[in-house]
Amino acid sequence: MKLLKVVPDDTNIDFLRWRSWAFGISLFLMVASVGLVATKGLNFGVDFIGGQMIRATFTQSASAPVTELRETVAKLGYGDPTIQRFGAENQVSIRMKLPEGADKNPELANAMATKITETLKAGHPDVRIDGVDSVSGKVSEELFSKGILALLAAMAGVSIYIWFRFEWQFGVGAIWSLLHDVTLTFGLFALTGWEFDLNIIAALLTIIGYSLNDTVVVYDRIRENLMKFRKMEMASLLNLSVNETLSRTVMTSVSISLPLIVLVLFGPDVIFGFSAAMAFGIVVGTYSSIYQAAPILIWLKVGSHSFVPTEEAGSKAERISEGFES
Amino acid sequence: MLDFPRWRVWMLNTLIILGVLCAIPSVLPTHIRAQLAQFVPTPTINLGLDLAGGSHILLEADTSQLAETRLEALEDSVRTAMRRADPRIAISDVSRANGQLSFTVDSPTQVDAAREVLLPLTSNATGSRDWNIGVNDGNRMILTPAGTGDETALDQAMDTAKDVIDRRINALGTLEPTIIRQGDNRIVVQVPGLDDPEALKALIGKTAKLEFKLVDEQADPDQTAQGKARVGSQVLPYPDNPSGLPYIAVRRLGGISGDKLVKADPTFDSQTNEPAVTIQFDSEGGQKFARMTQQNVNKLFAIVLDGQVISAPQIREPIFGGVSQISGSFTTESANALSISLRSGALPVDLKIVEERSVGPDLGADSIRRGILAAVIGTTAILVLMFLVYGRFGMYANVALLINVAMILGVMAFANATLTLPGIAGFVLTIGAAVDANVLINERIREELKRGRRVVQAIEFGYKEASRAIFDANSTNVIAAVLLFIFGSGPIRGFAVVLMIGIVTSVFTAVTITRMWVSRWVKRTRPHDLTI
Repeated sequence: MKLLKVVPDDTNIDFLRWRSWAFGISLFLMVASVGLVATKGLNFGVDFIGGQMIRATFTQSASAPVTELRETVAKLGYGDPTIQRFGAENQVSIRMKLPEGADKNPELANAMATKITETLKAGHPDVRIDGVDSVSGKVSEELFSKGILALLAAMAGVSIYIWFRFEWQFGVGAIWSLLHDVTLTFGLFALTGWEFDLNIIAALLTIIGYSLNDTVVVYDRIRENLMKFRKMEMASLLNLSVNETLSRTVMTSVSISLPLIVLVLFGPDVIFGFSAAMAFGIVVGTYSSIYQAAPILIWLKVGSHSFVPTEEAGSKAERISEGFES
Repeated sequence: MLDFPRWRVWMLNTLIILGVLCAIPSVLPTHIRAQLAQFVPTPTINLGLDLAGGSHILLEADTSQLAETRLEALEDSVRTAMRRADPRIAISDVSRANGQLSFTVDSPTQVDAAREVLLPLTSNATGSRDWNIGVNDGNRMILTPAGTGDETALDQAMDTAKDVIDRRINALGTLEPTIIRQGDNRIVVQVPGLDDPEALKALIGKTAKLEFKLVDEQADPDQTAQGKARVGSQVLPYPDNPSGLPYIAVRRLGGISGDKLVKADPTFDSQTNEPAVTIQFDSEGGQKFARMTQQNVNKLFAIVLDGQVISAPQIREPIFGGVSQISGSFTTESANALSISLRSGALPVDLKIVEERSVGPDLGADSIRRGILAAVIGTTAILVLMFLVYGRFGMYANVALLINVAMILGVMAFANATLTLPGIAGFVLTIGAAVDANVLINERIREELKRGRRVVQAIEFGYKEASRAIFDANSTNVIAAVLLFIFGSGPIRGFAVVLMIGIVTSVFTAVTITRMWVSRWVKRTRPHDLTI
């Protein structure tokens, strides 16, 4: 049987040639992302800013009467709602700030939810209430700080691991490319205005996990080649390593993108932002392993000397992985 | 490396079978699973509320109020003990402020005696101190909370609160709630399948502390309206006061508490035919109630629920037998809810709802249906691609991948873990890692073949060289998962749990199991060339 080849044998693409360009563009995108987040802000869900979100589906209508809803809900005297379509045209989420004093007296939040859902039902007999989320200010602050803390801890933890298993430059390269991926994903959410909630943090974690996996594979090959070809110039060595792992990179990225693309296209509407973030992250993560994590090693002056004094460590690493493999 | 002793083959196969068996109940339809459960254990994965629909309520205890209650109880016992001391110790200027209880022993010569009286009151059963005793200006005694007294009290109160909530929800009937303590002062209540939690909230949000107090009939209504009460009295809110004033003054002492009930049932008032609640005290409470009513015939007594007066009827005759009726402006529902709350006991501490989520069953079902569809299409695409690219070795990887999915589900079912939306993200990541491990191995074998190695050697090298990268990649994921579990909140932990389980099973199936199959194939066919 003739097998399919995703990437032709013995590619010799000069990836590193465009490293300055790639780095410049990435830096620009990262700055732009930070700028977007700073100016436009993220569309935080109730998880992170507190408040109440009611999700409703107008089962008999083609599309939800957003403008009319905005007026009706505003007339109830709880302030202006944020109304968004999510998923299908006839599904909306209505977000409200919690009424004054609701932190002390949860009855107030309750009363608001009841009032809004009853008004909806009265005006639209076909409405189906899909869910009500009510998060107090205190809890949302905790969710936010814990989410960010978890994200930072995970990034720092894995970078330290890479530093120990490779060299400090590799640790820096890994955390830089993770920062790159996470920043661009934040930028995507600021740009599109997709709702940013706890599930998106989980998506970010998946992106970090995947991007790191990719980076480790490239780094592993670089380490191997550094020990094998001591005389080779660094840029050529990186090119060689990226080319040698190219078919694996493409194959893995394609495999993992497949279910995500399906999830974006056919998956549940509730997790659209979540799937889209992951699909985006896979692309960015693959790119960053080649164009951020690898070239940074040149700038940080990794060279043939790098693994010489740590021959010990290298062979120790071999022993560990052999023990694990058998 | 390609040697597999017989015992290892057996062990690995047993592990696979166990994992897959544990997964089976979770994918069976509910009615078949129910039948099966009669014969064998059926560990099942719980679906998170975001997938299955239901209500999630996070309650937080008011810790300041708990400290206040402890201080009140201390004051009570100190006053009683000093009165009963022989000779009686006169104290005055009792004050509770800043979490401390302080009072003046009138005769400075009695300070030592007072300290003797306080000693047993201020230490707990294990002999450690709950309160420190200090003396100022010779005869002013100050009790300050010591050590872990407050924490222990909170811990006990939360445990009791959890039990009370459990009893209350069970009284509602067929719901299957999960009630767990979270952190020091929180309780999570999750009820699958309940998408309108109003009744539930009405039930668990109420402290249901019932008290009977004598109305201060000498109180000046003007003073009461301003919230001022005479010494020995206090002003409580009374929304349904027939006089129109939403407050009433009651005597602090001489009342009894309604926490000693054996029964509480909704009923209808025989005269007005309005909903009411009948309660029955236990024998001790009944005696106290009889004594109180006997001594106060023709006076008014206030029925106080959670610090608010619900009615203040007149005691027409002494009530013996410990049965009483509470009427107020009840509806049938609220009378029912109050009787459930009273039956299951008062919450030892006020709880308020700080987070509430409900997901309608339709949305949840839709999420699952489309999620499964997407997963099936996506996985099929991976399987086809792997087979097209790696042929026989792709098949090995595919079967290993399917076993991996089953094993993750199996381990989750066995551990009774909950699958949530972020959990699915973790699932996707581990599937990715498993596919990647096989891609790495197969690509490496290809490479080694191209370098001119013989088949067996290329396979050996492929597994060996790829293992290093697989090891590093998975170690980083384990580190990330552990950190996420430590630092993350609920949903992020769901992600971390799946990731941890998935990494172990992925490496097991994608590396160890495929190698076992490959080695058997190599031994059997002694291949001279390999298409990969």
